[in-house]
Amino acid sequence: MSEAARPREQGAPLAFDHVSVRYAGRPTLALDHVSVMAEPGKMTAVVGPNGSGKSTLVRTLLRRVPLESGRVSVGVVDVASLDAREVARRIAIVPQREEPVLPLRVEEFVALGRHARRSAFGGMSADDHAAVESAVARAGIADAIGRRTDTLSGGEWQRVRIARALAQAAPVLVLDEPTTFLDIAHEMAVFELLDGLAQQGQTVLLVSHQLNLVARFAAHIVLLHRGAVAAAGDASAVMRGEILERVYEWPLVVTRDPAVGAPALLPLRGSGRHRERPSS
Amino acid sequence: MTPLSRELANQTTSPWLAWGIGAVLLFLVIGLGLAIGAVPIATRDIIDALRGIGDPSTIAIVRDLRAPRVLLAALVGAGLASSGGALQGTLRNPLAEPYLLGVSGGAAVGAVTAMAFGVVQPALVTACAFAGAAIATVVVTAIARIVGGGADTKLLLMAGVVVGAFANAAILVALADAPPERLRGALFWMMGSAADATWPAVARCAAALLLLGGILVWRARDLDVLSLGDEPAAALGVDVDRVSRQLFLVASWLAAATVAAAGLIGFVGLVVPNIARALGARQHRPMLLMSALYGAVLLVDADLLARTLRAPADLPLGAVTALVGVPFFLLRLRRLAA
Repeated sequence: MSEAARPREQGAPLAFDHVSVRYAGRPTLALDHVSVMAEPGKMTAVVGPNGSGKSTLVRTLLRRVPLESGRVSVGVVDVASLDAREVARRIAIVPQREEPVLPLRVEEFVALGRHARRSAFGGMSADDHAAVESAVARAGIADAIGRRTDTLSGGEWQRVRIARALAQAAPVLVLDEPTTFLDIAHEMAVFELLDGLAQQGQTVLLVSHQLNLVARFAAHIVLLHRGAVAAAGDASAVMRGEILERVYEWPLVVTRDPAVGAPALLPLRGSGRHRERPSS
Repeated sequence: MTPLSRELANQTTSPWLAWGIGAVLLFLVIGLGLAIGAVPIATRDIIDALRGIGDPSTIAIVRDLRAPRVLLAALVGAGLASSGGALQGTLRNPLAEPYLLGVSGGAAVGAVTAMAFGVVQPALVTACAFAGAAIATVVVTAIARIVGGGADTKLLLMAGVVVGAFANAAILVALADAPPERLRGALFWMMGSAADATWPAVARCAAALLLLGGILVWRARDLDVLSLGDEPAAALGVDVDRVSRQLFLVASWLAAATVAAAGLIGFVGLVVPNIARALGARQHRPMLLMSALYGAVLLVDADLLARTLRAPADLPLGAVTALVGVPFFLLRLRRLAA
């Protein structure tokens, strides 16, 4: 069956198995025997405070950091045994930061998602066209076609970057804080998009600071703290006051999200003026 | 075909108008380059002379002096511009170019050192220029890494300017007691010139442009991906460190080949790729090709100015390009900072 016939790639599990990473010259491990299992058809989220090792986990997939121990596998294949092109065909990653320094048009940018499947010369194959079309449709960026990447709004830029990853037609999609700097509507749109992709069978692994939305959308949550797993499971297992207070080192309360009933977190302390006003 | 597939099918063809205008301009400036000089020659006589008909001294002027000079300027311009375009892509910095990165300076020191030690075979001199460019590349990236701890491209450019200044000093020292009748002077190396172009030099430069420029055009989509940044490029399946090292070296050697032929000529590699992008060549394959075309136009033009502005004096070619290039650099810097 040609790829064009199945643009909606079925997912493959992505497994981090006791992964340890040490940055050169640092005494402590950036990741200390971290295991994360992202399954097809689900959104899996990795959360944790700044410096807890979330982005390092993504960097092990980009192979920008060497593993001290452990193994990362996609399906039954050890990622370490693959070259960069082979990884890109199996795992599509939206890295945290990216600036359009040498801008392209949106369709040219999305088509670069096909890089690992194309030869150096030669145009786009029918499969390439189909994958790009499908990615543009699924990411909802048809209106941005023809525009230059340096003219996009923050929300459009993130969706265009997600479209490029979708064009890779990889069974696994990994995103590193895709909603930073987005307003509420654009953030929700990205979460709904990822939720839809997971429901179509894709493996979605999301690194995020947005605990409350993660609790709503993710089926499996891994909470990292100083490079180690502090809690893992569904929202009710991870979104617990005593765990989150210890990890985030801030008093907080876990309540119910009025929209869907998922656990939601509210930080405590701060300004008392709202409470004081009625009594004065 | 859906509208999107049509967009994609058209993506590698840049506006034909820009190509057409470039081709016409190149034809015109080459014609002017053949016609204008100390001895005025009519258009018809030039065409005859190129075919070997007419007055022997006119034939000699056109065929042995002007034609190689014009063609060498065109090839050097094409090489510098495409080298600059590739360096800008690998470094993700629209201000990168071989001269400002110190790569051209390294190539000049390599060539000059070889000649100071009595090497006369042009192929060997060119090989030493390649070695010098490679050493300069290593030194510049090492300085940037030691100072900044990473591959910060601003530091890379600063390191390049410093290495370039060092190269100029080294050239002056090496050529201080060189016999002027045997070696080309320090001014030639430091400011560039196409004045003593020969057909063998044209052939060597053309071969380097076809081979090294060809590699860059062939690997152009790797440049597209690299220009997104290290992490996005890795995510799309490029072995970032290895591929950017390779392409940086190929681009450096292309610049080195132009240095061996015509000395140090700055800013062509900076200005032209930015013009090509402004003309709609966003992806690297059309951008490199269009840069080569407009680089040729620009340098043949600059060479025309070099020999006519203060005739009978022959200005250094690098002086002309710097007079144009520095204001452009400042404008581009301003836009980048904004």
